[in-house]
Order: sequence, then C-alpha cells, then structure tokens
Amino acid sequence: MTELVGQLINLLAAILLMLSFAMISQRRILSLIHLFTAQGMTLVAATVLVGYATHQPHLYVSAGITLALKVILIPLLLYRVINRLDVRWDVETLINIPMTMVIGIALVIFAFNLALPISKLSVSVARGTLGIALACVLLSFMMMITRSKAVPQVIGFLSMENGLFFAATSATYGMPMVVELGIALDVLVGILILGVFMFHIREEFDSLDISHLEKLKED
Amino acid sequence: MTWLGVFSQLLEIVAALLLAPLLSGWINQWRAWLQNRSAPGLLQPYRMLHKLFNKESVIAEHASPLFRGAPYIIFGCMALASAIIPTLSTDLPLSPAADAIALVGLFALARVFVSLAAMDVGTSFGTLGARREMLIGFLAEPALLMVLFSVTTIVETLANRDLGIHPSLALAGVAFTMVSLAENARVPVDNPATHLELTMIHEALILEYSGRHLALLEWAASLKLFAYSCIGLALFFPWGVAEAEAPLALLLAMPALILKLAIGGALLALLETLSAKMRIFRVPEYLATAFLLAVIGMLVHILLAA
Repeated sequence: MTELVGQLINLLAAILLMLSFAMISQRRILSLIHLFTAQGMTLVAATVLVGYATHQPHLYVSAGITLALKVILIPLLLYRVINRLDVRWDVETLINIPMTMVIGIALVIFAFNLALPISKLSVSVARGTLGIALACVLLSFMMMITRSKAVPQVIGFLSMENGLFFAATSATYGMPMVVELGIALDVLVGILILGVFMFHIREEFDSLDISHLEKLKED
Repeated sequence: MTWLGVFSQLLEIVAALLLAPLLSGWINQWRAWLQNRSAPGLLQPYRMLHKLFNKESVIAEHASPLFRGAPYIIFGCMALASAIIPTLSTDLPLSPAADAIALVGLFALARVFVSLAAMDVGTSFGTLGARREMLIGFLAEPALLMVLFSVTTIVETLANRDLGIHPSLALAGVAFTMVSLAENARVPVDNPATHLELTMIHEALILEYSGRHLALLEWAASLKLFAYSCIGLALFFPWGVAEAEAPLALLLAMPALILKLAIGGALLALLETLSAKMRIFRVPEYLATAFLLAVIGMLVHILLAA
C-alpha cells in the first residue's frame, strides 16, 4: 500500500514537472492561469498523499490552505486582473520557445544532480521527488526571467512558491504550521500588491511591458 | 538460425506487406466516420494499388535514373524496416543485423531518396516539399532516437520488477506519439488527404510520380505507418508477441497484433480529427517538445529509481 502511495507521489511529481514545462512554453496568459490552477491541484493531491502515507494530520491542513488559496482564490484574482487589464492573449518571450525548453532541460539536469546527495540523507517516503521540486523552482525562476510582461512574471513567482512548497513537503513532511500560514498570507498579500502595481504600471506606460521601468527619467 | 526463425521472419514480412494497406484503409474509414462522412471501403487501398500497378507510368522528360530508381529503394527500406521490428515474434534472423540507430538510419535513407527524387524533376512543388520534409526529418530524428534510448534504459532496469506506475514510460509514450505523427505526415504536421498546394508536404514530394512508381510510394507510406505503429506496440504494449522459446505462441501473435493495430488505428483517427493542422513554423516547437518529453522521461526515471 505504502509502495503504491509512493508511486502515486512520484507520478504527481512528474506531472508537476510537466506542468512547469507547459507553463514555459505557453504563449497565452489565460492558458497560463489554467496551468497554474492545475499545478495547484496537483500540489494539493501530492500533499494529501504524503499526509496519508506518513500519518501527519497537519499536512491535511496545509493541503486545505493550498486548495483555498492557489486553486480558488489566486486564479480568481488573476482572472479579474487580466479581464480588467484586457490582456487575455499574447505573451512576449525574450528568448524563443524551443530555445527556452533546451535551457529548461539543462536546468533540470542541474537540479537533479544537486538533489541527489541531499535526498540520500533524507528518509522521507517522497525523497526522490526533491530533485523535481528543485527543478520546478528553477524553471519558474527562468520563466520570470524570460517573460517581458508583468502578469506572466507574477504567475512565475507564484509557481516558484508552489515548487518550494512541494520541496518542503517531499523532503521534510512540510514546514511548521506557523511558517506555512505566514507564507500563505504573504503570497496572498503579495498578489494583491502586485495586482495594484500592474494597474499602476499600465496607467503610467499604457503597457505591461516592464522594460519601461528600466528608465529612471522621462526622455 | 532455425527453420522456425526463418519461417517467422518470412511470415512477418508477408504480414507487413499485406496488413499495411489494410491499416491505412482502416484509419481512413475511421476518419470518415468521425467526420460524419460516408466511409470508403476497407479494401480501398488495395483497389487503388491494383489500379495504379496496371496503369502506365509517365515520367518527366528531364528525369534522371534516380527518379526511376527511388521508389524501389524507398519501398525496400520500408519493407526491411518492418522486417526488423519484432511484431509477431522475437526470434528473427534479420534482427541482429540492425539496432535502433540502423533502424532510424533506414528511415533517414528513404527520406533522403524521396527528397532527392522530388527535386530531380525541378518543379517548384517538389523542391518545396523536399525542403519541408528535410526540416521535419532533421528535427524528428533526434527525438525518435531519444525516445528509443530512454525506453530501452527504462525497460532494462524494469525487467525484473513488479507492475507499477511508471510516469517516465508515459512521458516517453507521449513523445513517441508526437514523433510518429510528424514522421508519418499525419494531421498536426501534415494532412495526408490534402492536395492544397501550400500546406502539403508528403503529397508534394510524390506529385510527379504516376503508375507503378506511385503505387510503390503509396505502399511504402502505408508500410512506414505500419512500421511505426509496430515500433510503438513493441515498446509500450509488448503483450502477445511470440518469444523464441515458444513457437506455438505465433498462432496467438497474429490476432493480438491485428487487435492492437485496430485499436491504435482508431485512436490515431480520433487524434487526427480532434487536432488542427499547425503552421509549418510551429513544427520545430512541436518536435522540440517531443524531444524534451523523451529526455525528461529518462531523467525522471533515473532520479526516481536512484
């Protein structure tokens, strides 16, 4: 039974990695939000499974918080933002997408190598997935770098947080409750502030391209 | 090499030659049903081959001998490829002669000749088709090789283990499906039914052929699809293939193969109906995704098995 649960967690980890790659290669903001929601759902399922396998009831609570925040509340907020800003479609990338994917493969190899010695020290049921979690973090980080618009960057930031959460769950059965609540609140407040920022950037420059922010003075 | 091995080898070649047009007919039938059209008969490809073989072959004035010879070479490549792949039995005298790289090389040889022959006459369509074919080919080959490598590494380490969930195998399966759609000129990359000049790839390549040459090329295309389906079945659904020690299993192998091909063909038609043809400039991205899936499948397997 535990073996089956372990395999299911591995499967969910692989799905998380695939979703990260799908987000990198996605051109449309709306689909990006759908993918982010799917990533949240996978994370919830993985957390519940780890909680079940290790009999750690507090993981159920953190799964519940993830469900409420990352699957329901934040996607709804993002929907409202892109509807109000009217940016449902195109995303410009700084590097073309096949190239981004090849860099992504290199990042995954790096993350896996980095995680191998660490996961050998761990005794957790999901220790093998630490590398995948690390890879998700790096991939989201790259997404923040390669996108030139504000909304995809925010989604990249949120998906990076998903990766960190998964790393914590898989390596150490989750963080202490206080820390988890704190992070959840931080993310929520962060998304609200970033939403306000996006409106301001838009008002100031008539576009969400953050390269406008590089100039200090108006010409 | 035993007599039984020779027999199963011959049986496999004959089965491939006979079943390949049937598979194409089956897929066309399903495509028509799914698109609410009345379907052509299951035996339509045979009738078409029969018609073409009886017709006179018209060849352009400036065509070189390469143009005449290419259909035979391509047909030979495809027939040899279907002889190497273990579809009915693993006891094949020809299979030690070739490995995965040689198999991909056979497909590449056929591709080079079909492109050269298309450019030989000097029409613009042939050249256009040849360029597109090479663009797709050079991106599809590394992806196909990567799929073959990753599946073999996964299967080697799995050989003595219990049944379980293997996400890496699923990733490799998706990658293989994507590559074979591209290689066989199926819908997201090329439409096998179109003669619309701006979008066709495979049809543009064989536009100048007629009569028995065209028949051979059509048959070779069916054989290629058959060979790819058989590679997929051998890699991911190898049940029912007769092993070297159990000759009687050959009796069961044939119905199992036909059943699997029938299901696979219907699924292929469904996939083709559901997806739209993509722009030619999106094809590199599509094939990069296939390559990526294969690599990630292998990496995930290495990480999770460690």
